[in-house]
Amino acid sequence: MAYGSKAKEFYQNELKNIKKAGLNKEERYIHTPQGADIKVEFPEGAQEKEVINFCANNYLGLSSHPEVVKAAHQGLDARGYGMSSVRFICGTQDIHRELERKLTEFLGTEDTILFPSCMDANAGVFEVLLNREDAMIADKLVHASIVDGMRLCKAQQYVYKHSNMEHLEEKLKETQENRLRMIITDGVFSMDGDIAKLDKICNLAEKYDAMVLLDDSHSTGFMGKTGRGTHEHCGVMGKIDAITTTLGKALGGASGGCVSGRKEIVDLLRQRARPYLFSNTVPPVIVSAASKVLDLISKTTERRDKLEKNTLYFREKMTRAGFDIREGIHPIVPIMLYNAKLASDFAKDLYYEGIYVIGFSFPVVPRGEARIRVQISAEHETEHLNKAIEAFTKIGKKYDILGKDKKAIIEKYGL
Amino acid sequence: MEDTKQMIIDYIKKEFLEEDDEMEVKEDTPLITSGIVDSFSMVSLKTFLEKKYKIQIPDAKATPEAFDTVNNIISLLQEYVKT
Repeated sequence: MAYGSKAKEFYQNELKNIKKAGLNKEERYIHTPQGADIKVEFPEGAQEKEVINFCANNYLGLSSHPEVVKAAHQGLDARGYGMSSVRFICGTQDIHRELERKLTEFLGTEDTILFPSCMDANAGVFEVLLNREDAMIADKLVHASIVDGMRLCKAQQYVYKHSNMEHLEEKLKETQENRLRMIITDGVFSMDGDIAKLDKICNLAEKYDAMVLLDDSHSTGFMGKTGRGTHEHCGVMGKIDAITTTLGKALGGASGGCVSGRKEIVDLLRQRARPYLFSNTVPPVIVSAASKVLDLISKTTERRDKLEKNTLYFREKMTRAGFDIREGIHPIVPIMLYNAKLASDFAKDLYYEGIYVIGFSFPVVPRGEARIRVQISAEHETEHLNKAIEAFTKIGKKYDILGKDKKAIIEKYGL
Repeated sequence: MEDTKQMIIDYIKKEFLEEDDEMEVKEDTPLITSGIVDSFSMVSLKTFLEKKYKIQIPDAKATPEAFDTVNNIISLLQEYVKT
């Protein structure tokens, strides 16, 4: 028997170790469409509970928007459910190319190629564009999918300290002998909600003749005055050589991703990117809905503006309530608690107050940097935000952390 | 070998610690398990050593255990650097 007791015991042991280390991830069952108000079953079998969702990447609140859902239905009716093919055999419909054109226009690039996910885009992009003679220079905190993509690539790897431009410049000097070089960064870093110094990165890229690849998954649709992304926010539209991003967050939140950038880069990916060549085409229903999302957010910045307003409101009120939050302007708002158990207990208490958030601790964030990551949405109304602030304040009082800084919280709870 | 140890410690401090980090790095300080060097940054440490000594450390040998302390790194280097 192939699956013998040896394998079974080994896997059981691995699972036991995950639980013992406190790293077991439990899924909560949601009984409603994605939105600000959801019904959750947790733990399994428990009665459904109405909570306000503060942990989705539903930044623009478009995941269940009636016009997006309608477009999905239309896509299903007009172009069917599946394509049963990869793109280059018989999986490319007119609407796939149309969506690629819309993304190109929205992001201000030369061309775009769709991938089944941004994870796939990041997994495939590097090994096509760079080889042994080349160098990849990445910010230390880039997303896990970039780390995996870089592992699949034979180019030399260099890592610079998070957002440290002097260190990046050192790496650029160190790699002058390499044929091609690529600076790799997230636009917005997912755990801290801080923004890459893209203007400075682009200046260095120009000075040292390096390309720039930007993963803008946590920005596309709302960062910058018209929501184009971090490159718009930092004033470097047209200067980024490759942008990888997702349709799975602000842009409707279903799935799918893309690489958008220089024409030759996109053309080459179409010929050689393995996740593109060997996985199914993005289904018509998603293509149709994502296309509608781009129409909606190109027509008006209303949702992006509301998200900005909500974010500033929440950040200001939470700071005033005495929470230690990472400063910034992004809808990812890290409420710093430092101690892992405190973050987990705090999140659990909030759940029973009707606020759905998750505590993050090592290894997802550095040791001693545990936090609750709040994510604001354009779907939130002021009442939602006020309820959250009220609940946070109540639980904050319970644990006596209001008005306390890092040192004081660590003194009280340890690391 | 003491020079090599110090050189690696200096490199780790310069490359992976922030200026305000008070953490001390010694030859037996856990690097990976303590989170000073994550598996991503470990690759740049490997690249640095390979360039410095003009060697190739096979990926199978570049395990988190092999890079967990400066002493372990020295043992690994001794397999590949001709003295």
